[in-house]
Amino acid sequence: MAGRKAVELVVYLDLLSQPCRAIHIFLNCNKIPHKVKTVAIRKGENRTPEYTKLNPMQKVPVMVDNDFVLTESDAILKYLATKYDVPGNWYPRHPERRARVDEYTAWHHTNTRPHAAKVFLMEVLLPHMTGQPADPLKVERALADLSDTLEKLENMFLKRQPFLCGDDISLADLLAVCELMQPLGGGRDILKDRPKLLSWKSRVQSALGDSFGKAHTVLYSLRDRSKAKL
Amino acid sequence: MTLEMYLDLFSQPCRSVYIFAKKNNISFDFMKVSLLEGEQYGEEFGKINMIRKAPAIRDGDFCLAESIAIMKYLAEKYQTSDHWYPADLQKRARVNEYLSWQHMGIRMHGSKMFWLRLLIPKIMGVEVPKDKMDGALEDLEGSLKLIEEKFIGDKPFIAGEQISLADLVAIVEIMQPVGSGLDVFEGRLKLSAWRDRVQAEIGKELFDEAHQGILASQEMVKNMDSSKMQIFKPKILRLFL
Repeated sequence: MAGRKAVELVVYLDLLSQPCRAIHIFLNCNKIPHKVKTVAIRKGENRTPEYTKLNPMQKVPVMVDNDFVLTESDAILKYLATKYDVPGNWYPRHPERRARVDEYTAWHHTNTRPHAAKVFLMEVLLPHMTGQPADPLKVERALADLSDTLEKLENMFLKRQPFLCGDDISLADLLAVCELMQPLGGGRDILKDRPKLLSWKSRVQSALGDSFGKAHTVLYSLRDRSKAKL
Repeated sequence: MTLEMYLDLFSQPCRSVYIFAKKNNISFDFMKVSLLEGEQYGEEFGKINMIRKAPAIRDGDFCLAESIAIMKYLAEKYQTSDHWYPADLQKRARVNEYLSWQHMGIRMHGSKMFWLRLLIPKIMGVEVPKDKMDGALEDLEGSLKLIEEKFIGDKPFIAGEQISLADLVAIVEIMQPVGSGLDVFEGRLKLSAWRDRVQAEIGKELFDEAHQGILASQEMVKNMDSSKMQIFKPKILRLFL
């Protein structure tokens, strides 16, 4: 058909954002053709009139597939995993195995995500925004909550299996690893004394290949700048 | 072997699972878990569900937690009507978008209201400081506004023309602060109209049955033995105060 509009998948991402990295990695790992538009939150690019028109909640990530606009990394990843021809382990079709991934991705919202993000917030973002040093009591509290979550990851999800939801990497591991990388931006390695999680992370990184490092370049730069300050 | 569902109808996600199963004539054994008495921390429950949360199901050998995962699993297994969790990629994505947002978007705020207004005064023996209460109310109001404007908008239901898991999950969360005596529907015409449609789709009898407990909570909490609830003190201090 002449003059057919090219299929265009656009994602609006800030690679300092954990869920944005998960999407970046997924697209690259699975070689899904797409365009990335960067949105630098620290520069307020999410608050421009054009961006607000696209997403009134002024958040990242956002996916636009032709005219279809979608927010929420959870929903975006599941949409992509279903629409494109990706290996079945990402979001299995078998009901029980799929349920396991849905179970983790739900739990993730109120556990892994907020607890890892809070450490980064207390140690890096707030000090940066306010010019005040990090509040040690608040950091301690955030670390305690995170420790709780890490223990649950080790003793529940990773108790008898190499990946969070089974024998192979899935969307669950992708979302989790991006969250657990975040505190590194402040120079803090939260997994360093946790061998079980370290080996899990190593397996995940292996499975993701180059796309992992590429997505985390911005975070690594931030880490290097943070370490230089210490 | 019958499906077992471990539920406490004081919990919002337990209500959504209960309503979903009943509405779709899915037979199950109702295994009551009393969350306020700390039953989820017991040994027995730990065998069902390592995450120690309700709702949880046991379907033969398969155990599952997280209401959203449970409902999607049941929708698939029992081949429920498409509108609950549409097969269409974009419609399904809209449902998933709401289900993802709502964890922090509304659930947290609605739950908090219930704790601040009813449970904390009961367990801690003190009223919550005004600034905390005001802050929580502001958060809740912000969420309700987003639900009305962004998620419902001009549509009859969140995903479009028909009710889906998104509306079910939304309504049970919004009812939680109502149970604490806060009428969140007052002055919100759009939200009230949506609620009426959702109730009509679910069926008033089933909706009322599921919400009987939570709507009687003010009275119930008054009569509870607060000594049995001291297990929640550390959680309260950490999360709310």
